[in-house]
Parts: sequence; structure tokens; C-alpha cells
Amino acid sequence: MDLVLLFFIFVLAAFLGLELISKVPSQLHTPLMSGSNAISGITIVGALVATGSNETGSVGMVLGFLALVFATINVVGGYLVTDRMLQMFKKKDK
Amino acid sequence: MNFESIINLAYVIAATLFVFGIKMLGSAETARRGNLISGLGMLIAVVVTLLNKGMSYQWIVAGLILGALIGGLSARLVKMTSMPELVALFNGFGGLASLLVAWAELEKIRSVGWQSYSMEMGTPSYFSSFVIYLAMLIGGITFTGSLYAYGKLSGKVSGQAQVFSGQKAVNALMLIAILAVGVVFTWSGDLDIANKLFITGVVLALVFGIMGVMPIGGGDMPVVISLLNSCSGLAASAAGFVIANNVLIVAGCLVGASGLILTAIMCKAMNRTLGNVLFSGFGAASQSEGDGDDREPKAVSVQDAYYVLEAAGSVVFIPGYGMAVAQAQHVVKELAELLEDNGAEVNFAIHPVAGRMPGHMNVLLAEADVSYDQLVEMDNINPVMPTVDVAVVIGANDVVNPAAAQDESSPIYGMPIIEAHNAKTVFILKRGQGKGFSGLVNKLFVMDNARMIYGDAKATISALVNELKG
Repeated sequence: MDLVLLFFIFVLAAFLGLELISKVPSQLHTPLMSGSNAISGITIVGALVATGSNETGSVGMVLGFLALVFATINVVGGYLVTDRMLQMFKKKDK
Repeated sequence: MNFESIINLAYVIAATLFVFGIKMLGSAETARRGNLISGLGMLIAVVVTLLNKGMSYQWIVAGLILGALIGGLSARLVKMTSMPELVALFNGFGGLASLLVAWAELEKIRSVGWQSYSMEMGTPSYFSSFVIYLAMLIGGITFTGSLYAYGKLSGKVSGQAQVFSGQKAVNALMLIAILAVGVVFTWSGDLDIANKLFITGVVLALVFGIMGVMPIGGGDMPVVISLLNSCSGLAASAAGFVIANNVLIVAGCLVGASGLILTAIMCKAMNRTLGNVLFSGFGAASQSEGDGDDREPKAVSVQDAYYVLEAAGSVVFIPGYGMAVAQAQHVVKELAELLEDNGAEVNFAIHPVAGRMPGHMNVLLAEADVSYDQLVEMDNINPVMPTVDVAVVIGANDVVNPAAAQDESSPIYGMPIIEAHNAKTVFILKRGQGKGFSGLVNKLFVMDNARMIYGDAKATISALVNELKG
């Protein structure tokens, strides 16, 4: 893929990310953090490719497998924890 | 349309869902749906990756099941109060995964050789080396930094800032070594040398992550946690450059940028710069004793506090890390309910950096079933503070220290605080006469309208609850 294009995407995503969140109420700081942390587990895609492709050699496959386990923990755990947290933030009927 | 473009199209959809997900996480009404939407994006990204040609699935399935079991169980079983350290741990795992992805890519290069690899990727070898090193470096620092933060949050290592003489010099030397190894790694074409350099780089990055978090004290943890969160995103983004994958670049960069915003919010809440938080070893150095104000704090018994609370028309609770330590959130909620039944208006004033992670107090109080419209942010509570009958400070210290507003010589001068001292009466629940995280004398404690209630916060509040139940 074209290198310049990758940088282009990176820069645009950075500005988008900076604009996306301006004022977050403090009660959402933790969920926002753990929710975005789950998204950073996207590296699972790289881990899948490394584990699944046959070109990486046996050491590479072991590394890929470990990456896959840790990334999956990050993704699954991250989303579930965030959901559990957000579940608690509800308005109580009085 | 060929198969490859279908996969890339699906990645675009996944990235779009991440954008909406993060956007919706920023507002209370939509947050939960936002998390689901970004989860859907992740599912799409994983599934289409599995559709890639020439994948062998047995290890993938094993890895996915193992990871999902560990992640799912720990997310379900962990107590709500341990949430901060769990998030730090997950964050570290994300960083480690990015490091391992970069390492696996290096192994791939070693097995196929530079020539065919560069041909396949269409990128020059120095670029591949550079991004592999970068992903490894950020991922490694995120990993051990988060692990150390996990240790500090869970009390497995001391939460104090660890400072030793020559620390800055050691860190600077390490940084130079990391850069030097990186430069040689990037430009050396020889794969055997590159491998040795890479492993050296891994060790350096892992040690540097610990060294970086070491001089940062407990009260500054919210900043570090959100910065590490940002780093794990950048590590994923760098890994995206390694395997030339758009969705990694976009999603990682989004997380990196939104994490930076959160970091900036935390710094602003302490009126400090990021550099000051990271390098000053704040709270470790012994502070001066203030301006010689030798008034003694006045203590009050639970019984007397009860009479005041019983007569109060409005009460504001100001929780801090001490409430988390004492696990007092449930009894606080009980007390709040009793006071409401008694006719008082009860609110909770939350300082943005109260506790050890962004939003720490909100999570605790939500766990105790406190309705979120009772949680008032600093800027909204301060104007009405003079009309409040009783402010109850539970295990908070620096965030209510009036020196931050009045004493220009104070190290925390300029930090926005919850102006508890403006309330008609202030009760301060405190374990002992020790100082707060910053090591500063708190002038609030000696003010005429302030009364200390010494003892474990949970025991004190339980006693108040019993008095109110009468």
C-alpha cells in the first residue's frame, strides 16, 4: 500500500480523534477510558494475521499466538468491563 | 469487486463504527449503546480478517477461546472497586500484543528475507524496520508502565513516588540508548544483527516503562493512566503501519488522540503540565510546613456531628481516595438516604482527579447505587457552596485545600478545588493527622468552621447511620 496514503489516513484520524471528544462529564471518564482501551485491542487483527499466516515461521507463530491471547483478553475484557460499568450509571427512579 | 476490496470495505465500516462508538461514549445517555457499537465494529474487523485467504485456523481458535475466557471471566468476576487496576492491566495487555505483533513481523522478515518481503509490502526496508521498532517501543513501555500502575493501584507496590538520586540521568541515558539502538536497527540491513538489536530494544523498552512510572505519585495516577491509555492506542496504530493495515492505523490513532484529550483534562484539573506530572517526582520531596499557622485542627465526636447533620437542610459529600480505601461507598449511600428522608438536600461533589483514576469516585458511587444526577461536578457545586449547611469530606485532602486558591507559595497553587471551606460547617473524615498525597498542610483543617472526625471513614459513617436510625 502507498506509504503516503497511510500517513494521510493517520493524520486525519488523529484530528478526528482530537475533535471527537471535547467535553466529557467526569462520570464518564472511566468508561471512556476503558471503552477506548478496548478499541486499542484492534491490534488483534495484526495478531490474527501473524498467527494464521504460514509465512512467519515457528517462532513468529508462537509470538503471534501470544499476541492473539493478550489482544483477545484486552478486547473481550475491555468491552465487558465497560458495559458492566455503564450498566451501573443509570438514573434511579425515586 | 475482488475479495481484497470487500475486506477493506468491511474495515472502513469497522472504523466508522469506532468513531461513532467513541463519540457516543462521551455522553451519558448514549454511552452504553456507543460501547456496543464499537464492539460491533471490533467483531466485524475480526471476522473479515478471518476470511483472509491462506489462514490456518487451529491456533487462532485456541488463542481466541483462551483470551476470551480469561478476559471474560476477569471482567465478570472482578469487584467493582478493583476496576481501576483491571483497566490498567487490560491496557498493558493491549500494549504487549502490539509489541508481539511487531516481533512476529520481524520473524516473518527473517524467514522470507528482505527482498521478497519488501516486494510484497511495497515499502522500503528501512521504513518497515522503523515502524517495527516503534510499535515494539510504544507497546513495551505501555505494557510495563501499565503493569507498574496496576501494582500501584492494587497496593501491591508502594503508591508513593519512588525517587532516587541520578534518576533523571539514568532515564535520559536509557532514552538515548533506546534511540541509538533504534537508529542502528533501522539502518542495518543484516537480519541477524537486527534480531539482536531488536531484543536489546525490547529489554530497554520494558525497563523504561517501569522507570517512567516510578517517580509518579499516587495522586497523579489519573494522568498517567490516561496517558498510558493513549499510548496503547498509538502502539496499535504503529502496529498498523507494520502490517500496512488501515483499520489498525485509524482505530489506534483515534484512541491515541482521545486518550490525549483525557490526559489534558486531567492535567488541567490539577493545573499542572504533563511534563511536570511526569518528571517532577511530586509528593516525594519533603514540603515546607506552610506559613507557620499553628492553629490546631479541632476534633468533634460522632455524636456532636450527628446533631449538626440532623439539623442540616443541605449536605454535600466530597469523596476522595480515602473513601475508596475504606470501601465506605455503601454506608455513605445509606447515610445520604437517611439524610434525605430527614428532609435534607444531599449531593456529591466530585473533583475530576479525586481518586486514582479518571472518574474513580463516580464508579464507586455508581456501584453503591447513587443516582448519577446527585453527582455534581466541581464547577457546578462551588457557586452554591456558601448556601450548603454541611460539607462532609470523606478521605479527600488536596482537592479541598484552600491553599490552592489563596496561597501563592503553595506547590498546588492554581489547582482548581472544591471550595468546601465556604460551607457553613465542614466535617473532615480522616484516618489520622497525616498529610495528603502532596505532603502539604491543609489549611481547611484549622479553619473555624471545620471539624475533624478521626477514625476509619467506614466506621465513622456507620456510627452516624446508627445515630440517625436512632
